[in-house]
Amino acid sequence: MNAVSYIEHYQAVSLALPGRQLAWLNALREEALANFSGSGFPSPREEEWKYTNVSPIEKKLFKPLIGQASYADSPNRDWLDSYRLADAWTLVVVDGHFFRDLSALEGIPEGVIASGLAETLEKHPERVEACLGTVCSKEKHGFIAFNTAFFSDGVFVDVPADVALEKPLQLIYISTRPEGLSNTRSIIALGENARASVVETYAGSADQAYLTAAVTEVRVGGNAELDLYKVQSESDKAFHFGGIYVVQERSARFQQHNVAFGGLLVRNEIHTELRKGAECLMSGLFLASRRQHVDNHTLIHHAEPYGVSREVYRGILADRARGVFQGRIVVHPDAQKTDAEMNNRNLLLSEDAEIDTKPQLEILADDVKCAHGVTVGQLDPESVFYLESRGVDEQSARNMLTFAFAHSMVEKIALDSLRALVQTQLLNLFPQAGIRRDWL
Amino acid sequence: MLKIENLHVRVEDKPILKGISLHIQSGEVHAIMGPNGSGKSTLAHVLAGRDGYEVTGGSVTYRGRNLLEMAPEERAREGVFLAFQYPVEIPGVSNIYLLKAALNAIRKHRGLNELDAMDFLKMIKAKIKLVEMDEQFLYRAVNEGFSGGEKKRNEILQMAVLEPNLCILDETDSGLDIDALKIVSDGVNSLRAMDRSFILVTHYQRLLNYIKPDYVHVLAHGRIAKSGDASLALELESRGYGWVDQQAAVA
Repeated sequence: MNAVSYIEHYQAVSLALPGRQLAWLNALREEALANFSGSGFPSPREEEWKYTNVSPIEKKLFKPLIGQASYADSPNRDWLDSYRLADAWTLVVVDGHFFRDLSALEGIPEGVIASGLAETLEKHPERVEACLGTVCSKEKHGFIAFNTAFFSDGVFVDVPADVALEKPLQLIYISTRPEGLSNTRSIIALGENARASVVETYAGSADQAYLTAAVTEVRVGGNAELDLYKVQSESDKAFHFGGIYVVQERSARFQQHNVAFGGLLVRNEIHTELRKGAECLMSGLFLASRRQHVDNHTLIHHAEPYGVSREVYRGILADRARGVFQGRIVVHPDAQKTDAEMNNRNLLLSEDAEIDTKPQLEILADDVKCAHGVTVGQLDPESVFYLESRGVDEQSARNMLTFAFAHSMVEKIALDSLRALVQTQLLNLFPQAGIRRDWL
Repeated sequence: MLKIENLHVRVEDKPILKGISLHIQSGEVHAIMGPNGSGKSTLAHVLAGRDGYEVTGGSVTYRGRNLLEMAPEERAREGVFLAFQYPVEIPGVSNIYLLKAALNAIRKHRGLNELDAMDFLKMIKAKIKLVEMDEQFLYRAVNEGFSGGEKKRNEILQMAVLEPNLCILDETDSGLDIDALKIVSDGVNSLRAMDRSFILVTHYQRLLNYIKPDYVHVLAHGRIAKSGDASLALELESRGYGWVDQQAAVA
């Protein structure tokens, strides 16, 4: 089996895809379908996919749920609510479809659109047309084409100019069906001087194999500010492809915190393009154990002068897990006075764990400040001894230091409710010796 | 309290300590001085149980037990404390977390209950005054971004909280300005007690102006070249290490 089976299956259900009445969208989908038919899913032969082999996806046929009407079971509410942030507006997407009755959007300011993508294609097709495909059009690989051709729904967020959202917006994407496919396209657009915090939460029913393919296109308007969090807690057997593609207009500020805990085979792409004076912060934490494979692919285009970017990624790999960090920074010829720093640190907790880390700086301007650093290692024996010399046993000392390595990234999360939630998830992932929640 | 007999220690293939003997009684303060490379820090590390040192001869008995057989954390729980020359920075672990973890590990070892949050905080707030540290230091990551003086004060704070019986201070005075040196020394002096002994490892006599030792030992080439009372330190100050060095070489 290969990509062809996906194409065949989709063609059978394609009439049910949203926005069929829109010629521009049909054209977009057809072009994407042609691309996907040609390329299939990405292969390790492609340079940017060299460390990640997604062929297991082609060996199965993850099936989308088409049409909301057929969705009968409401997901377990308690389980869903365990991911919900108490102080946020939430938009809930189940198995690739937005569910308004599971969402909580009361009190959202006038003029802000926060809705399902399919719904928005009905109500404000021109708004979607202005955004959809405009940010990720430069991205060429098969997953994007697959997503564009076949997305079933997603979320559309539009915060008009000068509006600052006083509460975070949380987008919860959950998967409930075995062998299911959630193929979503989401759009987040901030007008000039707008401000928002958005949280993407991915989760799925325990022990089930499914595929999440989620593409988010983001536009941050001039002088606007977006904090975008992604917390990925997919099931142990899940496949996750998540791409976040961003354009930052002049002086726009974009902070992205990427937390990857779940999934069997995971690829995160975070790509951004900075216009004049824009600032971006990317911070990432990935933890993998057993046979998990987590690939982080980041790309920062400094397209214009005076941009500032800071990137810090940390990985912890245990058992036979494999991690990838590919961080690329491109400073274009016009982007003088760029100030870019990238750092990736990794802890390997077992001899069979593996990390491939590849920082790349392509500097085409001459008056810039760029720095990068990478470390791969075990715990610092000096630190272990320091704790032991204070009466802490070796195992507890190791647990404490490993936890601290991860926790110092979690501490950077500015939203209190989200930080507490991630802290709980992190604690649950750790052996308890030496780690006490009530001491944090 | 502590009996070191004819201790020989190697690092990789290089002998560093070549027969050290030292007896320390309860309540005594011993200063170990010596030039760079004389083996002072090695002695401090071996007593605390750091990896990478091979004891090739001799013995160390701490309160009647073979210290060298004990794991580092067990030594700590039994009351041995090493104040590091270069305290380690631990991002992500707050000072107060480490203090709680350490104190509770030690209390558990001694058959005591954990202190509850209220009592712990009360105790800590009293101790932190000893070293004139701001309370906000408790909530910062261990030593991260601390100045040299703050790190050393933090070591003394840990010592004050853990209430050890044998305190080994490894060049605690190095890198301190006069104000910090005074604070650290006052902290140490206030912890002097009948059931607590100190080993002050130091290169300079300066520290001993503030903490008066009962005995001074001069290390040279891995041996104790000379022992005496506090006046020996003053003599060293005026005559330099070359003087004992020559004597050691002759012997």
